[in-house]
Amino acid sequence: MFRLEVRTSTPAWFNLALPLLAIGATLVLCSGLIALAGAGVIEAYGVMFTASLGDSYAITETMVRAAPMIFTGLAVAVAFRAKFWNIGAEGQLLAGAVASCFVGAIPMPGPLAMVLMAVAGAAAGAAVALVPATLRVKFKVDDVVSSLLLNSVIYYALMALIEGPWKDSFSGYPISPPIEDSANFPVLLEGTRLHLGVVVALIAAPLIWFLIVRTTLGFRIRVTGENPEAARYGGIHVERVLISTALLSGALAGLAGVGEVGGVHFQVMSDISPGYGYSGIVVAMLARLNPLGVVPAAIFLAAVMTGAEAMSRATGVPAFLSDVIQGTALLAMLVALLFTAYRIRRVGAAR
Amino acid sequence: MSAVFEQIFQVGFLAAIIRIATPLAFATLGEMFSERAGVLNLGIEGIMLLSAMTGFTAASLSGSLWLGVLAAVLTGMLMGALHALFTVVLGLSQHVCGIGVTLFSSGLAYFLYRLIFGQQSVPPSIKGFQTLPIPVLSDIPVLGPAVFNQFALVYMAILAIPLAAFVLYRTPWGLSVRMVGENPRAADSAGVSVIATRFQAVILGGALMGLAGAFLSMAQFNAFTFGVVSGRGWVAIALVVFGRWDPWRSAGAALLFAFVDALQLRMQASGLGHIPYEAFLMLPFIFTIIAMAVMSRNAVAPSALLKPFRREER
Repeated sequence: MFRLEVRTSTPAWFNLALPLLAIGATLVLCSGLIALAGAGVIEAYGVMFTASLGDSYAITETMVRAAPMIFTGLAVAVAFRAKFWNIGAEGQLLAGAVASCFVGAIPMPGPLAMVLMAVAGAAAGAAVALVPATLRVKFKVDDVVSSLLLNSVIYYALMALIEGPWKDSFSGYPISPPIEDSANFPVLLEGTRLHLGVVVALIAAPLIWFLIVRTTLGFRIRVTGENPEAARYGGIHVERVLISTALLSGALAGLAGVGEVGGVHFQVMSDISPGYGYSGIVVAMLARLNPLGVVPAAIFLAAVMTGAEAMSRATGVPAFLSDVIQGTALLAMLVALLFTAYRIRRVGAAR
Repeated sequence: MSAVFEQIFQVGFLAAIIRIATPLAFATLGEMFSERAGVLNLGIEGIMLLSAMTGFTAASLSGSLWLGVLAAVLTGMLMGALHALFTVVLGLSQHVCGIGVTLFSSGLAYFLYRLIFGQQSVPPSIKGFQTLPIPVLSDIPVLGPAVFNQFALVYMAILAIPLAAFVLYRTPWGLSVRMVGENPRAADSAGVSVIATRFQAVILGGALMGLAGAFLSMAQFNAFTFGVVSGRGWVAIALVVFGRWDPWRSAGAALLFAFVDALQLRMQASGLGHIPYEAFLMLPFIFTIIAMAVMSRNAVAPSALLKPFRREER
């Protein structure tokens, strides 16, 4: 007989084993869809791998795609650590993109423009995240729903801008005017799209890790999330911590939008984010809310997205497989997390 | 100005409101049942999309629209069961699971649609539901042609509102749903199975979300496109809050939103586009957020919303 037992602690190797288990289960489950599409499973996954991580150019493309998800993943990880349920990274990203596009279109020296774009984008994202946090602290409004609904508000605001005052009067397309050429983030490797923002994202992850694990604010964030009563008892101003967490989380999500404007699109359009904000939730969960884990998790999702297009061309399996993989990975990870709460123990053979 | 009003308030306008409100009413009632039992279902956006796809596919392959509706409802129930399995049985966090269900269902909808229909320059369409005038009632001036000359699914939505209220407030099962959403511990002591009741409520909710999807792809657009739902699921989440988790009020909220949406469409069409139409589309979300802040003083949300139930935990 087997019995479920409540676990009191989890071994460290779980942090690596659980995401790998979830990803493995996801790939096995999704291989059914590849077979359904009449393609070879090994071949399809093989193409996916080579096209996303098989050579240096492919790797740069994957990294360009990973950068916004590193930022949104960090945004979600930080927020969830404090149990501030920020489902609004998508809207915060869009706000960051719009703000940085405003700033980037103003003529000024390039480096100054880039810094100001980042500041404006982070501030815009933080301002958006402040709304659900304030509502929760002041009015006890559920942050899940309010942060989710704000995504739609920001999206329509962006649409109103690009179909209204920002509309390209020459082509009539609903896109913003481009930012100044001098504000385009420098490309780090000739012939690729690897831009400065990718490096910033890679640096941001260890910085946020340091903040969470080694600083007082990080400690307060963790305690607030794990046990708000104890935090309050210990003299931590829980409300203030939640607001700080929201500002940090929103700023990180805003930076994801900055990178997309400054390094990839150089303007704002309606589909500037293919749901990177929601992917951030997948990334953060796969990373078990560890900022360092966010990087490999984001690279995994980015590789799936980049590889799916090549796989589709080579095997005819629809590239939307990457969307299914993303959703399945999140659900599989949630199930895998049960192993942290319970353990299966063998009890005496007969009753 | 009066000419503008005449142009806006016509029979066609009223009919348009009803038609826009229909999928929202189904979706809102579905989400309401789930939340009244204590389960937030953020999978709604994806469930509606996948149901719209399976419904459209079944109808287009079989030639029977009602078979399509059945497929959409079954899809909704299946995805509802998936969400319930994760959140009710396994007790996993509802918001993250909901996002997972939405990502998974939308991805699956896109994938299967592309697999079945391939990439076509003009998306395939079907001959969708036709209006079904109700004798006598449809002859009432203004109201008749607007309300009683509609698709069969519209009538179903209109009937679903009092039916939902009856089930929720007047049946033993409805009482159980409200109990497990308000105080699962007490419900458990009273011999109500919290797990089973929540499971059933989320599945019923999924069925209603499936009907919403079916309406979109088989009555409103008569085709499946990737933007067929485009945020209507999130609107429903807002409307449930705005309607204070009550079937009548939620349906009323859906009607109000449909009015604003129809007005916005009319104003665009009549060249009165001084106000960007997006401003109107934002309204339900902004109003709901404000309403949440105002209502928070007299907590009307189901008390056990977002809280998993485990019997052994005290």
